[in-house]
Amino acid sequence: MDFKRFGFITLIIIVLFSVVVMVGQAKQPPLLIITSMLATTIAVATPLTLGALSGVFCERAGVVNIGIEGMMLSAAFFGWLGGIYMFQIYDMEAGISIALGVIFAILTGGLMALLHAVLSITFKVDQIIGGTVINILAVGLTGFLNRQLFFGKGSVFGGSVPSSPGVLPTIHIPIKELFSSVCGASTACLENVQAINRVFDQKPIALGAILLVFFSHYVLFNTRWGLRTRAVGEHPQAADTVGINVVKMRYANVIIGGMFAGLAGAYFTIESVPSFEPLLTNGRGFISLAAMIFGNWTPIGAWAAALVFGASQAMLINMQIFRDVIPPQWSFLQESYIVGLTPYILTMFILTGIIGKTTPPAADGVPYEK
Amino acid sequence: MQVEKQSVSLTKQILRSISEAGLIPLLAIVTAVVVGGIIIIIVGGNPIQAYAGLVEGSLGSTKALSETAVWSTPYIFAGLAVALAFKGGLFNIGAEGQLAVGAVFSALIGYALPEWLGFALPAIVHMPLAILVGMLMGGIWAGIVGWLKAYTGGHEVINTIMMNYIALNTTSFLLNGVMKDPSPTNVIARTPLIAKSARMPAIFDGLRVHWGFILALLAAFLIWWLLNKTTLGFEIRTVGLNPDAAQYAGINVKRTIILTMVLSGMLAGLAGSIEVTGLNYRHELGFSIGYGYDAIAIALLGKSHPLGIVLASFLFAIMRNGASRMQFLTQLPVDLISMLQALILLFVAADAIVRYIYRIKSKGERVVLTRGWGG
Repeated sequence: MDFKRFGFITLIIIVLFSVVVMVGQAKQPPLLIITSMLATTIAVATPLTLGALSGVFCERAGVVNIGIEGMMLSAAFFGWLGGIYMFQIYDMEAGISIALGVIFAILTGGLMALLHAVLSITFKVDQIIGGTVINILAVGLTGFLNRQLFFGKGSVFGGSVPSSPGVLPTIHIPIKELFSSVCGASTACLENVQAINRVFDQKPIALGAILLVFFSHYVLFNTRWGLRTRAVGEHPQAADTVGINVVKMRYANVIIGGMFAGLAGAYFTIESVPSFEPLLTNGRGFISLAAMIFGNWTPIGAWAAALVFGASQAMLINMQIFRDVIPPQWSFLQESYIVGLTPYILTMFILTGIIGKTTPPAADGVPYEK
Repeated sequence: MQVEKQSVSLTKQILRSISEAGLIPLLAIVTAVVVGGIIIIIVGGNPIQAYAGLVEGSLGSTKALSETAVWSTPYIFAGLAVALAFKGGLFNIGAEGQLAVGAVFSALIGYALPEWLGFALPAIVHMPLAILVGMLMGGIWAGIVGWLKAYTGGHEVINTIMMNYIALNTTSFLLNGVMKDPSPTNVIARTPLIAKSARMPAIFDGLRVHWGFILALLAAFLIWWLLNKTTLGFEIRTVGLNPDAAQYAGINVKRTIILTMVLSGMLAGLAGSIEVTGLNYRHELGFSIGYGYDAIAIALLGKSHPLGIVLASFLFAIMRNGASRMQFLTQLPVDLISMLQALILLFVAADAIVRYIYRIKSKGERVVLTRGWGG
């Protein structure tokens, strides 16, 4: 992570936050706006972070993965569906059904990744086409099953979408309780602490994603596994000569990457909202890829880039809250379609490489031929 | 005598090369139909009834045939768009956005130009103008991505997808705002109807198939001619096969990349323009969704050859057009078609799987698209 890139990320986040604070201060105190923006940023950056980690593992091992979008979409569907089956058909408790749903989502991501691995590593299909196949297959499969299982002839659910077991609970980190003695009787102090506490009160996948960023960084750069992964992505022939099984390492990393994408899918239908709609991933798999590229194929860099996209989405959400106090000269901020362009334009801007050149792994996208 | 013999062997050669080129896609379709049938059985349907419904609904009557031609028209244009980009070594996932942009601008010229000018235009000027503007805007939309690819290295796969979302958001903004049909009963995000002078006539009375279908076939021929008989086509193919060699041979690679994207976008824009001027007479939000991926599947199925694309477009049109009859007969959801198409694409893209199943030896060139991310 070089200085230029880090500076750019900080700058964009500050700009996005300032806009919201300037507009919203008529309605809420700045601290509250900033903390709620931060909380939203971390939450909505979760699937992007996990998607980017998915890309990092695949591409560090030398396999380009543009199928992250499809892996997320299918995982979101099958995780949600698994939860419903456990809850409604097998009468399990809501909590267990939700947990099993997350596991289903991760496994679905892994399975889709296995397909990508078979296509790109064993059959040496062009990896961009392989990824596109995954994306189209995911759209077709989830669209068909969503309609057939719930509204089809002889559906077990009798023609309607049953209620899902719900969403993952928020984990409360007791900052407020810790500081309540420090604040004493001052209510202003307590309110501030409570506002700050909101940033850390996140749901399990959001918190887990942050831990996974650092864990992935450690694995990739400080373990034998990581060294081997990077070796097969940079120079598979050399890796093969020293006895590393290139095919095995690539398969393993692509499947691990798919599981990350699967967890990202679980975020949509098990952590964020308890429902599924066709095409719900809405391009976030591709934005993850841009985050991965901007983060120069490193977990921490990709996370920082994902936070930029998260911030731009948080701005969109907050602009809807402050809709009625937007000053007339800034009326374009009311148009969610126009503000909604930010992440897409940002992605294209980042890909131009103006903010510093990035270097992909040398053997990225090249099938290994002995 | 000698000449006749030669010509016979030439015809034989051509036939053989066609059957070789078509063998893998054909087997891929067969495999997908079989796998699709198994899925239908699993979900409790009758595959024979389902497939019969597809064929009956799309080829069973004159009207059904006309509708199949109507369906195939945008597929041919969009498929050609993706295929042309493939030939130039570029992956255009943005046909959907380019199509939407083309459709919006054609609709705008179609309904608003007479108002702006203050007088009615004759059809001979108005209709071609509406199509032309849509086509050009589609070209510009894709050209931006081509320029970014040529001068900054920004990868066209991600950029075309981002442009899709930008197109979708912007058209939503326009169709819900300044371009919304002002008639009091309208609640849908759509433009007003275009003027009569901007509409393309139908070929036969009482059937919906319009001259756009003929234009699509003409476009397929023109693209074949462009790619195989012109210098520009040669340059596009050379850059697609090996940009370094093309550079060394004195071809302006940057210019060719931009031109390829512009031409590709123009074809996709045409798909939208023709739908507006020939069929719907307006642009409605959401109409473009799905065409981008269908176009990729068609281009791959047609092996990026114009004739193959026309045939693949017919197949996709048959499936889409027959879907409602299939649903009526078997109560299977229309979405089954999307899955069938995904399976066909899977087996075409991974022709190694098909070769493995049917024990066919591999030969010939491969498409190479994965060339790193630039940046």
